[in-house]
Amino acid sequence: MINKVIPVKEAVEKIPDGATIMFGGFMGCGNAHRLIGELAGSGKGGFTIISNDASMPGGPIGDEHYGIAKLIHNRQVKKLIATHVGLNPEVAAQEQAGELELVLIPQGSFAEMIRAGGAGLGGVLTPTGVGTLVEENPYAEGRVAVDGRDYLLMKPLTADIAIIAGYYVDKIGNVWYKGTMRNFSAVMATAADVVIAEAAHIVEVGDIVPENVMTSSIFVDYVVPGLGGA
Amino acid sequence: MEGKSAKEIIAQRVAKEFKQGDVINLGIGLPTLAARYMPEGMDVFLQAENGIVGLGAVTDDTSDQLHIVDAGGQPSIARPGGSYIDSATSFGLIRGGHVDVTVLGALEVDEKGNLANWIIPGKMVPGMGGAMDLVVGAKKVIIAMTHTQKGAPKILKECTLPLTAVGVVDMIITEMGVIEVGPDGLVLTEVNEGYTAEDVQAATAAPLIVI
Repeated sequence: MINKVIPVKEAVEKIPDGATIMFGGFMGCGNAHRLIGELAGSGKGGFTIISNDASMPGGPIGDEHYGIAKLIHNRQVKKLIATHVGLNPEVAAQEQAGELELVLIPQGSFAEMIRAGGAGLGGVLTPTGVGTLVEENPYAEGRVAVDGRDYLLMKPLTADIAIIAGYYVDKIGNVWYKGTMRNFSAVMATAADVVIAEAAHIVEVGDIVPENVMTSSIFVDYVVPGLGGA
Repeated sequence: MEGKSAKEIIAQRVAKEFKQGDVINLGIGLPTLAARYMPEGMDVFLQAENGIVGLGAVTDDTSDQLHIVDAGGQPSIARPGGSYIDSATSFGLIRGGHVDVTVLGALEVDEKGNLANWIIPGKMVPGMGGAMDLVVGAKKVIIAMTHTQKGAPKILKECTLPLTAVGVVDMIITEMGVIEVGPDGLVLTEVNEGYTAEDVQAATAAPLIVI
């Protein structure tokens, strides 16, 4: 079996300027904090980021900017596709200054559009957003009536790279998530050309029994060491 | 109700809507307060849309905040018997009608049950987060909010702000009383101590049916 573990620096080298990148995480929980820290210092940019939110200033590990908020702060992001950015005031400021393009999608549609992207589906029919500004969204393809109820056809979301974080990740990329860090990583791992999984703890193959594997190694291309922790 | 703040009065009344075994999603802020007023012995599943079914008690323990948070980003944990799920599953259960009650705040609600609570164009554009899915998917949608915004009515004939969803609100609970959204319009079903039905009508920009 192929050992997919590489150093964090090497993972960052695989990320080109201008890439479309999915980041697992919800308000920073489940962000790949170590890899993002390295990417923030890399000088790379022009990214399109697909992430539930833009995280926030502060946060529990004592950083000035938590998780992907670092990339926003460093102006490495030209476009952000998200569901909620209210906790990171830099997003609104950069958008108003014309430095950042923002696309907002309802959170359930967002998750399902990524799932569709990874599952080979042509889109999602959801009742969410009917009669709202979501109908004008670039990813909304109009209404479809099924059995008398209106749904919005939302296009699938895919990316060049997905950067996810697990708690235990084995050396070939099987992932076990702790608590709520699973959030969007589970679907994002299926929807990108290249998937990098940061591990709080890298473990041996077999340490995660097959019944407990939450993201299969077949989706994961590279494994990098993370922050460790309890 | 002397000594209680408007928020406490609202939260306490919201809690009376919960039934044994309900799956409940509470919005951030005032709606979350309702969990404190659940009667003893009431066994419900609180859901956090970022991936917890069976949210445990509020915790000050920040030791694992890197891995476990609630939908407000606060340190949290699933209670025994609860579970952690991914976001697609979480919104599948929300959209799929497996949430019995959701409680949210609002900027505006109108007599047709339309809701506006996610954007003030040009001023506040935080994003809709999970609100649009929650109000479309939950079996019962309760709006918990102060009756007016500094005296300006928030319960209207027709919302002026961009909508969160069309025709989804079932009940509005404020410090003045309880309003249900019926087929013929808004029905004032309860008036709190210290107010009259006329007071509530005066603070509401849509006709109230008083029963």
